[in-house]
Amino acid sequence: MHSDKTHSELAEKFNIDEPRVNWHDETLWWIRQKRDKAVWQLPEWESLREAASQIKHNVLAHLSEYLEAFERNAIANGITVHWAADAKEHNEIVYSLLQKHGITQMVKSKSMLTEECHLNDYLAEHGVEVIDTDLGERIVQLAKEPPSHIVLPCIHWKKEEIGELFHKYLGTPEGNADPQFLTHAARLHLREKFLTRKLALTGVNFAIAETGEFVVCTNEGNADMGAHLADVHIASMGIEKLIPKREHLGIFLRLLTRSATGQPITTYSSHFKQPRKGQEMHIVLVDNGRSVQLGREAFRNSLKCIRCGACMNTCPVYRRSGGHSYHTAVAGPIGSILAPNLDMKQYADLPFASTLCGSCSNVCPVKIDIHDQLYKWRQVLVQDGYTPKAKTLAMKAMATTLSKPGMYKSAGKVGRWMIRKVPGLVNNKLNPWYKQREMPEAPKQSFREWYAQNKKK
Amino acid sequence: MSARERILAAVKNSQPEHTPLPDIAFLKEPVLASKEQFATIVQAIGATIFFVKDITEVKEILQEKFQQLPRKITSIAALAGIADVNWIAADPHSLENVDLAILDARLGVCENGAVWLTENEMVQRVTPFIADSLAIVLTADKLVATMHAAYEVIGDSQYGFASFIAGPSKTADIEQSLVLGAHGPRNMFIFLIH
Ligand code: SF4
Repeated sequence: MHSDKTHSELAEKFNIDEPRVNWHDETLWWIRQKRDKAVWQLPEWESLREAASQIKHNVLAHLSEYLEAFERNAIANGITVHWAADAKEHNEIVYSLLQKHGITQMVKSKSMLTEECHLNDYLAEHGVEVIDTDLGERIVQLAKEPPSHIVLPCIHWKKEEIGELFHKYLGTPEGNADPQFLTHAARLHLREKFLTRKLALTGVNFAIAETGEFVVCTNEGNADMGAHLADVHIASMGIEKLIPKREHLGIFLRLLTRSATGQPITTYSSHFKQPRKGQEMHIVLVDNGRSVQLGREAFRNSLKCIRCGACMNTCPVYRRSGGHSYHTAVAGPIGSILAPNLDMKQYADLPFASTLCGSCSNVCPVKIDIHDQLYKWRQVLVQDGYTPKAKTLAMKAMATTLSKPGMYKSAGKVGRWMIRKVPGLVNNKLNPWYKQREMPEAPKQSFREWYAQNKKK
Repeated sequence: MSARERILAAVKNSQPEHTPLPDIAFLKEPVLASKEQFATIVQAIGATIFFVKDITEVKEILQEKFQQLPRKITSIAALAGIADVNWIAADPHSLENVDLAILDARLGVCENGAVWLTENEMVQRVTPFIADSLAIVLTADKLVATMHAAYEVIGDSQYGFASFIAGPSKTADIEQSLVLGAHGPRNMFIFLIH
């Protein structure tokens, strides 16, 4: 999704409809709360996060060995393994497999990697029809939009609009916006595709070096419907999706969905180890900038990401600016770390689309220091001369403030005083946070002061 | 240089210093499996559970509740009388009109209500996904408390394909309203023999 506009310009567009923004904000916060409830039920949650983070660190330290082991084992299982250095090579591999089998229509389950590679556009140019089979993805596909969230692709769509879209494309009765009805209509529409398409592409959630198998998680069952009915199954994965052993899945599967939606596990966690009899199974291992990010010490931890979406659901900026304002395949806090690695110039604005409140890092199931990395990207981008102009001044002040905890305290005090005494001064154009926002009423005391006082009581 | 060699060389060049894998023994300490917890979660994720004493009782319930369903298939020999068993070599597409598939599961996980089936139990990989309703027969001694315990049992066992299945197929993509039966089964029944 290329855009000439910056995050703040796109966010401004999203913010024209205020009730809608409030609705978007509240929906995502509700999902964040479901995550909390699920997490509180596991006393071992923090140890699980720590273990997951350490496993992923070990993966990064030995990625080349794990990749070779995975390849060896997958081949022994009867899977064909392909390597793609970038998006272009990935797309060409997929297209060559379609050509080899003379296939011009295929189904695809959710894969953010194929969004990153712009596979659908590429294949369309080559005369191949791709049907996205995840309901949310099908909705945005019909609307000719990219997903706005990695787990909830059409979180920005209202049911009435989906009703209209389905009326136009699937022939549902006009004015029907009942989720149950619309889901059923999509089920019928997509079942026909599953039954007739000869090639299915899926993403990969985890790939196991030790066994050469890979795991795909869905709630809808669309990855399985596609893969088990097709003659050819292609699984596309970023090289960072590896984990060393099968038993490590116990940890990651416990973390993934609780973090994502608050469910204890996805409906389907499917382990693909060998092709079905008579079927071809292919894996495409994609680098596309990952080996570069691995070499950036400050940012390599971003490769631990398991794409749960929790950092988006909790992010005050994401919730109020919408996924499309990030103009990149993976939106939100983690996307703002991944995108500049691919193109600093094009994505220089993204690390600034954050309050650095740290909520993302607190919920991340693999303990990525997300907000620290956003802060570090700002420094790199400033140093290399990529800073978006409007942010430069505020940014400098923020950098000084945040690097000196003592000043942070007093700056907070001054800030609270200013909001109370002279709200107009804070709510002006110099403060980018005022746009589309009433500043909250300032509490007389900060939490720190309140805590210090009440501790003594 | 091939893409493979280029990628591996770039990765090798970038990867950080060695750090060890963590000791995860503490997660594997045995926890008592609770069938009450399993039942509660199974229902919370949209499935229905029947506590039964043996396969005969499973048969009785199936006959009583699902007799009217036109196409029932099973891979459980003892249920041959009430569901078709001659579909083993079928083209997976031909299962499209199955109303109820009755399959064994190898494991049940109390913390999340998931059951573990390998290709053996599914017969055709697509079976538990394509049927309109899915019924699972599981004995209570196959219940484990956590996913860690589940993978202890699974160990390095061989399968071509296997899946944890937790409740009926679902989606909440339209305004976060939960709808059962996205692409797969709209109903899931679990017969827990205890
Ligand atoms: S960065 Fe962490 S919280 Fe965000 S999507 Fe990745 S794993 Fe989830």
